[in-house]
Amino acid sequence: MSDAPLQVRDLKKTFGGIVAVDGASFEVEAGSLTGLIGPNGAGKSTTFNCITGAHTPDSGTVVFQGEDITGRRPDQIANRGLVRTFQIARELEEMTVLENLMLAPKGQLGEQLWRSVTPIARGEVIEQEAELRERVWETLDFFEIDHIAHDEAGTLSGGQRKLLEMARAMMTDPDLLLLDEPLAGVNPTLEEKLLDRIHELRGQGYTFLLVEHDMDVIMDNCEHVIVMHQGSVLAEGEPEVVQSDDRVIEAYLGEIDV
Amino acid sequence: MSADGSNDPDADAPGPDAEGPSADGPADLAAYLRAEVAATDFRIVVATMLAVYALFAVFTLLAGGGLNTLGSTWVRLTFLFAAYAILSLALNLHWGYTGLFNIGVAGFMGVGVYTMAVLSTPPDAISGMGLGLPLPVGIVGGMLAAALVGLVAAVPALRLRADYLAIVTLGLSEIIRLTLNSATLSGWTIATFGFGTGGGSGIDLPARPTDALLDTVVGTALVDVLDPTITASVLRRSLWVLVMIGFVIGIYVLLARVGNSPFGRVLKAIREDELVAQSLGKDTRWFKIKVFMLGCALMGLGGILWQGSQGYVSPDSFRPIVTFYVFVAVIIGGSGSNTGSLVGSILFVGLLFEGPRTFGNIVSNAVSLPSAPGTFAGAVAPLASLDVTPLLSYLVGNISAFRFILLGVVLILIIQKRPDGVLGHRTETAAAIDLDRPAANGGGNDE
Amino acid sequence: MVASNTIDRGRTLLREQPVLALAGVAGAVLVLDLLARLAGVEVPLVGDRTFGGSLGMGRFGGLLWNGIIVGLIFGLAGIGLSMTYSILNFANFSHGDLVTTGAFTGWGAALLVAGWGVADVGHLLLVRPGSGANPNEIGASIAQAPLSILIGAAVAAVATVVVAVAIDRAVYKPMRDRGGIALLIASIGVALALRYVIQFVYGSRNRGVTSTQDVNATVLGITIDLHEATLVLVAAGLMLGMHLMLQRTKLGKAMRAMADNKDLALVTGIPTERVVTATWVLGGALAGVAGYLYVLERGTIEFNLGWFLLLFIFAAVILGGIGSIYGAIAGGFVIGFVHEVSLIWVPSDFNAAAAFTIMILVLLYRPQGLFGGVTTA
Repeated sequence: MSDAPLQVRDLKKTFGGIVAVDGASFEVEAGSLTGLIGPNGAGKSTTFNCITGAHTPDSGTVVFQGEDITGRRPDQIANRGLVRTFQIARELEEMTVLENLMLAPKGQLGEQLWRSVTPIARGEVIEQEAELRERVWETLDFFEIDHIAHDEAGTLSGGQRKLLEMARAMMTDPDLLLLDEPLAGVNPTLEEKLLDRIHELRGQGYTFLLVEHDMDVIMDNCEHVIVMHQGSVLAEGEPEVVQSDDRVIEAYLGEIDV
Repeated sequence: MSADGSNDPDADAPGPDAEGPSADGPADLAAYLRAEVAATDFRIVVATMLAVYALFAVFTLLAGGGLNTLGSTWVRLTFLFAAYAILSLALNLHWGYTGLFNIGVAGFMGVGVYTMAVLSTPPDAISGMGLGLPLPVGIVGGMLAAALVGLVAAVPALRLRADYLAIVTLGLSEIIRLTLNSATLSGWTIATFGFGTGGGSGIDLPARPTDALLDTVVGTALVDVLDPTITASVLRRSLWVLVMIGFVIGIYVLLARVGNSPFGRVLKAIREDELVAQSLGKDTRWFKIKVFMLGCALMGLGGILWQGSQGYVSPDSFRPIVTFYVFVAVIIGGSGSNTGSLVGSILFVGLLFEGPRTFGNIVSNAVSLPSAPGTFAGAVAPLASLDVTPLLSYLVGNISAFRFILLGVVLILIIQKRPDGVLGHRTETAAAIDLDRPAANGGGNDE
Repeated sequence: MVASNTIDRGRTLLREQPVLALAGVAGAVLVLDLLARLAGVEVPLVGDRTFGGSLGMGRFGGLLWNGIIVGLIFGLAGIGLSMTYSILNFANFSHGDLVTTGAFTGWGAALLVAGWGVADVGHLLLVRPGSGANPNEIGASIAQAPLSILIGAAVAAVATVVVAVAIDRAVYKPMRDRGGIALLIASIGVALALRYVIQFVYGSRNRGVTSTQDVNATVLGITIDLHEATLVLVAAGLMLGMHLMLQRTKLGKAMRAMADNKDLALVTGIPTERVVTATWVLGGALAGVAGYLYVLERGTIEFNLGWFLLLFIFAAVILGGIGSIYGAIAGGFVIGFVHEVSLIWVPSDFNAAAAFTIMILVLLYRPQGLFGGVTTA
């Protein structure tokens, strides 16, 4: 057993006879920026959903920080420090950017109904809210979205939504962040900004698993790359190694043919 | 009387300014601004109420009513405002805040009222049988029972799609009503204790506790002074209305605190996208169950204060139409806003519920129409000879049907043209404090 | 999307296995009890409760027959509700009032034809809103005036279609891009407005409509009610017609495709608006005729007759699986039988509650319906 924080073993998931993930196994090392790529339909998103609890895998195990989290609920997994973003940004439309970020932190006293309404306990809630507000504004500054803090999330542009999602996930103070195509539909300037942020956070010790469709992004930014094809891991290793792997080239060329 | 509606501005400015952490300049400014916004909401509610009172004052004058009639009308209006306000605040918590599409409001009201009745009605009542326990026991018991029924429904039902939840709650509310209506349970006893519901003939209820106040020395004196300008009956009812208004304020403050808190933030997130809330580590099941139970308890309380305060109730008071009334009130005011629920209740009661009927009475008195034809044919046939009077008097005579048609049309128009309600789109931030950048940091910290 | 649904279903089924098992056991006990009762076997249990008892074949047959009658009504009305639910994607709370619309317009026409000259036109067209010629004087029965009964059925269908399509144009069409909940709320508004327009025009009196003379006939020693027989024939005929339409015609195929997958149907170039109109035409016509036949069977009419039926119709549709017209028919029979046969065990003031309870349990534990959840349009 390695001591990698995230270990996925023989993951399998079928939908009504269609095999989406077929025995995928891989690990994500602590402090790494690992890329997960593969052609359309390779099973990346389903793998993601199985890891984060949105789907229950048919078989196989997911171990996070030494604990088996297979088949746990999404909230249980998130609370253990494994937090995700979504491929199509799922901002909470009628909540402001501020509310979106304030929602995320774990262990908020005021999430208990009685504390939020009882006079003395509410004082503690208010104190904690003030602390969170500090962190929220720091995060807004970090992602340079402080100018839209009071806007409702539904009014943001696609790129801003991606930033908001990542900022929101960071507010949970995760140990490992799973980013599902964080750059899809983002303009080049913003893409640069997002990648800068990811690198900076990585420098601070965060671990990332990045799912991307765009091979170049992964190759340029990740030090470890996992290639999925038809539901299982086709190849993994350093970008240069993976890039020159014949099977990988074939898989991608195959897709172009289609 | 009118100003008593909500004469306590603090009621509309919940929590924060009293409990704000620091007292330096900018924080004071923020508190001031917050109070200002709250006061605006307060003003909207009061202004709407005054406008409706004024409208009915005009109605009363036109109908030639005196001060006592006016007082009686206002008391009746306020009674209904308060009743609908409590129910729509509760429904807004379910639907507006959390997105739980509960259309079984009437059923939860029924559970509350009947539990209260069985606990607190004297054993020797004419219809139905009770245990004769003190009223507060009955009220708390009724709320608990409604919350428990809510729990039983919530555990399996809260994972359903919104439209399925709607059908389940409507079905549940009809099952509750049919059970209350059942002859089988009407005279039920367990070991000589009566738990009878009275079936279709309804159940007697304990008297309003405030009525006794008028029998005291002060009360009798007051009655003597005011009578006959304001009769004892109007006075008696207005005392109860004051109690209900107290409850409205209390519930408003409670729900404002629920909404303006991390708890409320999670509720909003569940409404917007439950998977996101879960992916951020929120165990949404418990939030939904808690909020469903709280809302159901408040629906039970609303039922008790309203239907439960009139000495007698029957299962007919809990038909699904009552749920739809409450829905209309919430939608008019704009779902998701507590202030909207109050405004919606006032407008619903004033303009849609009581307005048409009162207006119809005035018209029929003023124009002295001939007695209404018995059928639509009798009303329309004379049109051939250009005689519109029969149609008019038929219209006035059937104003209650007309009122429902108006209600349906208003509901359609609002959902089509103004889904955010009359107050328009409102941003009510779900947080216990003002979320503006704390001024101390001055924004100099960019990294 | 499909994938995650399947997963949820699988997970649900697994988690809810105990409930399904319990329901199965309860059902088996009831069937055994029923058989014991029919055989006249009685086993004493606790107190005055017994297992089995006595139940005459005649009474049981009567209950089954009643179950078929109401089941056909639920199913016939349910087809339209199921179609609008799957094709327009919302639960239409005004469907019951379309049923009422058919009942009143249809019977207005039937009485007008049957009672021409007996009473004034207003009295007949408004289905006896006040005092005047009584049902037997007017003579609207299948035995005395079969033509009037058939004309009434046709008018019920046409008038309901006109109303349904008009409402769609005025209310739902501007809201096509809105979610199911907004449409559901709008349909509650439509339900209120429509129901009370009917009350305004026709009055609120609950009154008799059909003539009872000569409606009982004896065929092969069995007495049958000709009105019930008419109901069964017409309803079964319409259901068969519906089946042929869906299977044989281009429109039917388009409707099935749209019920299955609206987006795909759009991509493949099926003219959606035309299918939507066809949905209202067919669903409205069947709802109207269902209301008309319901009155033929029960003999009386009132303005909230359809509203009272609505939850039963929903129950039938949900049981059969939303979107399936065959499911709606089958669900109608199940709810019909539950409504009638449950009278063996529960007092008559609880049989409606029994039907609603079944509906709730199915929604909770088998939302795809009892028959598998394959949508066949």
